[in-house]
Amino acid sequence: MKEELFVTARSNALIDPSLHIWTWEVAMYLFLGGLTAGIMVFAATIALLKKDEEAPFAATKLALLAPVVLSLGMTTLFLDLEHKLYVFRFYTSFQVLSPMSWGAWILIVIYPVSILQILSTLRSGYPQASPYVDRFAIGRQVLDWCEANRRQIAMTAIPFGIALGIYTGILLSAFSARPFWNSGVLGPLFLVSGLSTAAALVALVARKHSEKVLFTRFDLGLIAAEVALVALFIINLASGTEQQLTALDSIMGGPYALVFWVLFVGVGLLIPLVLELLEIRGLARRVAIVAPVLVLLGGYVLRQVLIDIGQESNWTKYDTQYNAELLQRLRD
Amino acid sequence: MTRFAMVIDTKTCIGCGDCVVACKTENRVPDGLNRDWIVEATQGKYPQLTTEFRSERCNHCSNATCVTLCPTGASHHWAGTNIVLVDPDMCTGCKACIAACPYDARLVMHPDGYIDKCTFCHHRVGEGLDPACVSSCPTRCMHFGSLDEPSSEVSRLLKTREYKVLSPETGNEPNVYYLI
Ligand code: SF4
Ligand code: SF4
Repeated sequence: MKEELFVTARSNALIDPSLHIWTWEVAMYLFLGGLTAGIMVFAATIALLKKDEEAPFAATKLALLAPVVLSLGMTTLFLDLEHKLYVFRFYTSFQVLSPMSWGAWILIVIYPVSILQILSTLRSGYPQASPYVDRFAIGRQVLDWCEANRRQIAMTAIPFGIALGIYTGILLSAFSARPFWNSGVLGPLFLVSGLSTAAALVALVARKHSEKVLFTRFDLGLIAAEVALVALFIINLASGTEQQLTALDSIMGGPYALVFWVLFVGVGLLIPLVLELLEIRGLARRVAIVAPVLVLLGGYVLRQVLIDIGQESNWTKYDTQYNAELLQRLRD
Repeated sequence: MTRFAMVIDTKTCIGCGDCVVACKTENRVPDGLNRDWIVEATQGKYPQLTTEFRSERCNHCSNATCVTLCPTGASHHWAGTNIVLVDPDMCTGCKACIAACPYDARLVMHPDGYIDKCTFCHHRVGEGLDPACVSSCPTRCMHFGSLDEPSSEVSRLLKTREYKVLSPETGNEPNVYYLI
């Protein structure tokens, strides 16, 4: 057996007894980032599929939510920074190997793309607002141009949305120092989860029945894919290094087992999966609001749980405080 | 890349903590924080136990994941060496580098909001001096120098003594060596 104890203290509350640097702010940012990605991708998909009739909300109004949700996310991210005045430093360099640097720049590109998306359906989606733009010749020209190029704008929005969604996962998986995050599956998992939360959002707020049904169908497929990706993620860790196996223990009977399996997998994935299956069969209509709310909740819980467990997983095995079992362990 | 290494003899280290105090004094490390620390590792089965003292700090990795993942370039290798430094004027306090260090030599959050860590006393190294911890050790168990010079004390020790680094499987190529 081996016991590693500190003789002198490191006394850094962010590190001992275990790494604890990111809290709800970062989880919320990853959640809202994924949601934004989903919003952009769905607004664009509906435009490309020409389903304006069937899904009027997603076709003309949804895009407006992207910059709003993303700005909220960037706000919580900003709250997390410890050296806030230096936030501009994200934009004085580009670090090719740092996903966070990629993310910072992707966020900047997302805004203009999503503004174009909004403008391309401003007249039909927000007739109260469009006259303010139409009043000016230049505004009119811009709106005309965006409407004429709606397809091209949608085709641009999809890859950028997907990049944003995947990046929120790669951000974590790039940390080889955190065994629980160190799985390539996180990129696709976060993307699919982001798409699923966006589909749930539309199912929740859209008024038209055909639109609710369409997005419930989308969501159903996405939840199924997410379940498969969660399984792959676990298989990936379970066949990994000693550090990954130890990290996995925290959801296999360890302290996070309950939140992970009950709150995320059960409440956030499986219950909505069943409810949505019933819904598209025309059953359980009265509780139609429940499934999307649970999906949104599950999306947040996934990020929070991953942030929490990932930070605690590590390579070193120090005992940071006196352990009464010490002598017993030395005897075994 | 000039490779500076620290070679620490666990056979002569007595875990007194002088290196920790020397670092705090030399670098005016803020109250309550430490850039280095002593670990006492006991192994074996009672009563056949062996104890090893290790003075630990940032490993100034040649392949430093904290540098790779820093989004701003604030974490960097100093002047063509393996010494990893943080530029406070570039640091956003995003804490990515803390999460990125597999040694949990994890950089320390300075009260002003930027990341602070062991610098191998590069200000002394630049003048040809040893880091404060090395020069203060009462048992002379710590050694510092360049691995590129075959005649340096550190190169010589690594050639003649058995040694280890912490978790070489991280792939970070750490540069703090422990003689065992
Ligand atoms: S020990 Fe950690 S902080 Fe130091 S250079 Fe290596 S990765 Fe960076
Ligand atoms: S906290 Fe500072 S040094 Fe660390 S990764 Fe972020 S910007 Fe770089």
